[in-house]
Amino acid sequence: MSFFEFLGQYWPRLLGGAGVTVAQFLLAAALGIAISLCMGLMKLAPNRALRWGAITYIEIFRGTSLVVQLYWIFFVLPLLGLSIEKFTAGYLAVGMNIGAYGAELVRGGILSVPKGQWEAALAINMSPAQRMRRIILPQALVNMLPPWGNLMIELLKGTALVSLISVADLMFESRQINATTYLSAQVFGAALIIYYIMARFFVTPFMRWLERFMARKLGRA
Amino acid sequence: MFDWKWDFVWEIAPRLIGATGNTLVAAGAGYAIAVVLGLILALAQRTPYRVLTFVVRELVEFVRSTPLILQIFFIFYVGPQFGIRLSPWMSGMIAIGLHYACYLSEVYRGGIEAVPTGQWEAATALNMTTAQRYRRVIIPQAIPPALAGMGNYLVGIFKDTPMLSVIGVAELIHTANAIGSENYRFLEPYTMVGIIFLAISLPAAGLIRLFEGYVRRKLGL
Repeated sequence: MSFFEFLGQYWPRLLGGAGVTVAQFLLAAALGIAISLCMGLMKLAPNRALRWGAITYIEIFRGTSLVVQLYWIFFVLPLLGLSIEKFTAGYLAVGMNIGAYGAELVRGGILSVPKGQWEAALAINMSPAQRMRRIILPQALVNMLPPWGNLMIELLKGTALVSLISVADLMFESRQINATTYLSAQVFGAALIIYYIMARFFVTPFMRWLERFMARKLGRA
Repeated sequence: MFDWKWDFVWEIAPRLIGATGNTLVAAGAGYAIAVVLGLILALAQRTPYRVLTFVVRELVEFVRSTPLILQIFFIFYVGPQFGIRLSPWMSGMIAIGLHYACYLSEVYRGGIEAVPTGQWEAATALNMTTAQRYRRVIIPQAIPPALAGMGNYLVGIFKDTPMLSVIGVAELIHTANAIGSENYRFLEPYTMVGIIFLAISLPAAGLIRLFEGYVRRKLGL
């Protein structure tokens, strides 16, 4: 069967899988960004307990593999009385994993804001919360956006692992089609191309646009 | 609710330790392939042949933006369609080696581009051939600054080995799955795998940081 005949026959399933992948990506990204911000700020907090909480979280999620985290959340948590549906477990694991990597980027971004900015905010009598929200974070965001672009690609690739707990994403659908038809080159080739298109023509251009947009907002473009 | 059995832990520990060996071998072999192939990919982008540069550049981008797990499936299942039978280990090593070679080629590229122009000119002035110039002057100076990035990918490759379980390589997760389904107990095996990952990757990351500091001091940076 030629590649195009194959696509003609199986495109609805591949597209459905890709839709699930996109949903997993968006949910995991939202969760990951929230966790990054939270843990990144906690790691810089003056309070020792908060700092150690963040360090523990980051080291656990960066020190083990995403597959292990996914299996743990999906197979072990129910034994401890917390059952999570597979779709939720999927983006939860991917988002929590990315959050640990993102936290280090947030921390780096905040530390890269010049000292004078902190002092100036203090001088005009801003509270610490105001200073962080209105002065430091916007500048930190611009500084850390380039590495976030790479992290978002890693996140997209990470969502492929949710197929291991049978979430019907693009990877899972490809495996199913492969198992029933043995058209491995066609199905896995098509899936590779779809992932590539998502990364190269959607995620990366969006992140580039965001970089330019934020730089303009701060008057740096 | 929390029924952790120490007897079971001791019973399965030898199997998991054996699997840890396999995981380390897989990570080591994959990394060895990636280190060599990555350098070739980096150098291939520096030849005067535009077509070669373009093809390698696009290949690196493609591999970096698609999921490793999909690449593992692709290599494992597509070979037999064309009469090439690869064992799970073989295809796993090729997939992981190629994937990380693409990442490492970027690290090398950064290192090579950081070598000052004067060094290239001096090597030319000494009438060195291109091969000599790279081997004796450029590469020795390009590697030390790249060591940190290379070390991070060694830990990265270690954490990605669980993906090999999908094609039947008997590494940690594969063994934990087997133990779990034989005994209907998932709490201990998955938790132990997580702890083993932490116990290896955290010290490894620390050692890499120390090594990096040592190299930087040696070079007087």
